[in-house]
Amino acid sequence: MRSGEGANLVLRGATVLDPAAGIDAVHDVVIRDGRIEELKAPGAAVSDDLEEVQAEGLHAFPAFFDPHVHLRTPGQEHKEDLETGTRAAAAGGYCGILAMANTEPPVSTEADVEALREAARQAASVPVGFLATVTRGMEGEELTEMAAIREAGAVGFSDDGLPIRSARVLRRALQYQRLCGGSIALHEEDPELSGDGVMHEGPVSAALGLAGIPSVSESTMIARDAALAGYEDGRIHVQHLSAAESVEAVRAAKAAGVRISCEASPHHLCLTDEEVRSLDPRRFKMNPPLRSEADRQALIEGLRDGTIECIATDHAPHALDEKEVPFEQAAMGVTGLETAFAALHTDLVLPGVLDLGLLIERLAGGAAPFDLERPTLAPGSEANVALCDLAAEWTVGEEGYESRSQNSWCAGRKLTGRVLMTVAGGQVAYRLRSFSLGVAA
Amino acid sequence: MKHLLGIDQLSREEIEAILDRAESFAEVGRRDIKKVPTLRGRTVVSVFYESSTRTSSSFELAAKRLSADLVSLKAAGSSVDKGESLKDTVATLTAYDPAAIVLRHPYAGAAQLVAEWAEASVINAGDGKHEHPSQALLDLFTLRRRLGSLQGKRIWIVGDVLHSRVARSNLAAFQAMGAAVTVCGPPALIPRGIEQLGCEVAHSLDRLGEADVVYALRLQRERMAESFVPSIREYAAHFQIDSRRLGPRQLLMHPGPVNRGVELSGEAIDSPQSLIAEQVAAGLVVRMAILYELLAAGGERPAPAMGDAEQRPTPLGQPA
Repeated sequence: MRSGEGANLVLRGATVLDPAAGIDAVHDVVIRDGRIEELKAPGAAVSDDLEEVQAEGLHAFPAFFDPHVHLRTPGQEHKEDLETGTRAAAAGGYCGILAMANTEPPVSTEADVEALREAARQAASVPVGFLATVTRGMEGEELTEMAAIREAGAVGFSDDGLPIRSARVLRRALQYQRLCGGSIALHEEDPELSGDGVMHEGPVSAALGLAGIPSVSESTMIARDAALAGYEDGRIHVQHLSAAESVEAVRAAKAAGVRISCEASPHHLCLTDEEVRSLDPRRFKMNPPLRSEADRQALIEGLRDGTIECIATDHAPHALDEKEVPFEQAAMGVTGLETAFAALHTDLVLPGVLDLGLLIERLAGGAAPFDLERPTLAPGSEANVALCDLAAEWTVGEEGYESRSQNSWCAGRKLTGRVLMTVAGGQVAYRLRSFSLGVAA
Repeated sequence: MKHLLGIDQLSREEIEAILDRAESFAEVGRRDIKKVPTLRGRTVVSVFYESSTRTSSSFELAAKRLSADLVSLKAAGSSVDKGESLKDTVATLTAYDPAAIVLRHPYAGAAQLVAEWAEASVINAGDGKHEHPSQALLDLFTLRRRLGSLQGKRIWIVGDVLHSRVARSNLAAFQAMGAAVTVCGPPALIPRGIEQLGCEVAHSLDRLGEADVVYALRLQRERMAESFVPSIREYAAHFQIDSRRLGPRQLLMHPGPVNRGVELSGEAIDSPQSLIAEQVAAGLVVRMAILYELLAAGGERPAPAMGDAEQRPTPLGQPA
């Protein structure tokens, strides 16, 4: 992240909710030099040299952490770069993200990691952790120099975008993990089963004549990799769970004592394959694909019971010309950083499906699987705050995007709940333009 | 009706209007001069990104019989070959101010996209494995002439349903007209979940005798390499429609081109129950009817009178 001044703010009269820290009350949040100094009774904080933020009726959450973002740098800066991607993250209330390594070329050496970390110090609005590939060039054959890459500062490893086809190669990586540490994040898909599929296999793919990706292409690989992790006592993080069978596979592995964590994406929690009937790839084509209502319900249940510890956007920007083509030809992926909270609040919290506190926990839950500090509002900690107006209604895309790309799965939707301001890594990373700040007289 | 994108989007009344119109064009076809002036001065663009014999030729002849000017573009040898995107190709063709664009494309939803981009009426002449509505309409026309009504009739669609846009359009079309449909084929070639479209699924021809109409689909030879079925011999043994399996009161249809000796035996093709030649003949009049219904009926966009273009307001920033 760019270095800058630590935030000096009083969030006056905010409803502070941080379930992990046991905080749920109205407070003046005093932030000094980029740290949460104290939570005072409403009206009790003295603002003197602090900027006064009128936060009555607003919610202050620990800012969110996204362990799965594609920043497209290096090589695909026409889709996104460090500056635009982290701006999008800040606008979504995130105080930290992990960037995937499937760039062009992939992030496979210590020099790649060092260069990216330096670039992030120049351009990033929020802290960025970088993953490197498990295999050289993501070819699935030889391991990268994982120990040197870790020393260069990589948070972990992933060939995301592609599965690790070979059980032997993954086993070697898990063995090497004992030496170098770092979680291994896995895109689980058996390419023999997913083939040329472009959407979930089921009645909708049957009706549309689109090749299907069966749920078992994901769950069988999770079962295989959980068995390998258990055998080698390695640690794996399963990315973007989409199917009920996958939730079951992770649940079983956890019960068996495997060190496994996993994530689900907002679009899989909010949408089903019924959306694909529109044949709109800009909003509804991604891998893994949108699945059935039963799958969606299983993901929600997994979030509730803790099988799924975090929500990850899998923010995957693509240029318009890669999406304004027939469904089968379009690039896989949708953007999600700017809308994750608002969409989940609208679709799951407001209808009473998911508790607001649980949502906040899961949105910040992506740090722990990578041994990173969980964002919190507890006094004394670094300030990482998402200030939100839960009643604000807005139409996604109406005012453009912070991201360079426009392939938001929420494009055109009216959402309820909006991030007004984000403090990330102790600095003010984002303010909604129309959110005026009152300064004390 | 502005576009013909899929059977899914048509009501029974709209389908019947097209079939009735096709009957009147069948009468025109019996005259010495088979041309009518309906679309004089209007342009029909036909764009085929896949090879096609009967669909492209019958649409083109249909446009000519209606006196339209025809621009016919095949993907091979055009700028499409040079990597031009569908959107850019459509923008180029729009310069001819076409009244209709007839599109065949290897991917689902292509016609729908073009309908969003272009002002012209768009006719889906086959999009990937999704829909082929003009085929379904000509099949309905053929059957209606033979059976009167499809209400309560049983129709079996036999073969490679998974890869067939004809199967999907015809399933919807037969059901819309009141028929009960069974799809039949080897399990790997029947899409998972298709029964939720309201059809029955069978994996053998044992009950074929209940069908009033047997609609056989083409089996592409490359399906063997992909392990969908082990061999032609095995497929034919279980699913070929031959004179032994086809009863004397059952009608036989096929969208063409036929793999003789694979999905159909030679004597079944040439049997009196076979409607295959009638299907081809119906193709022309039904496609004339489609063009007519979209471009001339209802007066949604009447043919421009001479000099009409000059009467539009002058755009700002351009000299009057």
